Amino acid sequence: MIKLNYTIEGGDFSRAGYASSQVKKNLKQLGVDQKIIKNIVVALYEAEVNIVAHAQKGNIEVLISPTGVKMIVSDQGPGIVDVGQAMQVGFSTASEKVRQMGFGAGMGLPNIKRNVDRLDIETKVGKGTTLTMIKDF
Amino acid sequence: MKLEQVIEIVNAKVICGSVKANNIERGFCSDLMSDVLTIDTDKLLIITGLANVQAIRTAEMADVNCILLVRNKKATADMIKVAEENNMIIMETSFSMFHVAGKLYEAGLKPVY
Ligand SMILES: Nc1ncnc2c1ncn2[C@@H]1O[C@H](COP(=O)(O)OP(=O)(O)O)[C@@H](O)[C@H]1O
Ligand SMILES: [Mg+2]
Repeated sequence: MIKLNYTIEGGDFSRAGYASSQVKKNLKQLGVDQKIIKNIVVALYEAEVNIVAHAQKGNIEVLISPTGVKMIVSDQGPGIVDVGQAMQVGFSTASEKVRQMGFGAGMGLPNIKRNVDRLDIETKVGKGTTLTMIKDF
Repeated sequence: MKLEQVIEIVNAKVICGSVKANNIERGFCSDLMSDVLTIDTDKLLIITGLANVQAIRTAEMADVNCILLVRNKKATADMIKVAEENNMIIMETSFSMFHVAGKLYEAGLKPVY
């Protein structure tokens, strides 16, 4: 079992994607199938961008076992008022700054869902959000 | 299509990466990175006006190694650094996205859908 851990700063778009990039390098080194790696890192990157775009700060924990990965992406932030609505393509509360960074079209959570085998969202308004994502090899 | 051909058609300047022996089959135009992240196609060229490091990170996650910046957008130092780490090619052209897409389509570059 390999455990990776990264701290993410809200608002810092210059570093957004660094953690996902490191995870990709690790998975590559382990010889995981390229298509599966792409699924994993696309989901993780969208989740990482969501911390940067929507929250104050957060944490990414990735557990790699011989059979798959579990990613726990948690943040301290505003939380999500209506998860069902947030899951819909096109729903977004992203700021102009986020849109200038190439995100904020309300596709992140749907992109995440499509790329993993399991997605759980736990959120508390005013406190923060935790995404747990599982992808089997 | 050979990358060399792309460079000639849109009068592109290569900012980093090695163009030789690189082939692409399809092109995708977007300034929206979540859109790029939905695509699952090999030998893809991303054509974008988004000149920030998220364009390069997106390409990295999507296993795309060629990016063409349009509308005279310039690659930043950050972008070049991340692209070089990942053996990616960044090119720049002063033409608009529409012009670039039209010319490359005409020359036989295929769309993703
Ligand atoms: N970590 C988060 N904290 C707070 N709100 C979030 C978070 N992730 C997503 N959201 C909410 O869900 C919406 C949809 O998210 P997403 O599908 O990633 O689209 P986008 O980030 O482009 O807006 C966001 O606009 C935001 O309102
Ligand atoms: Mg998002």
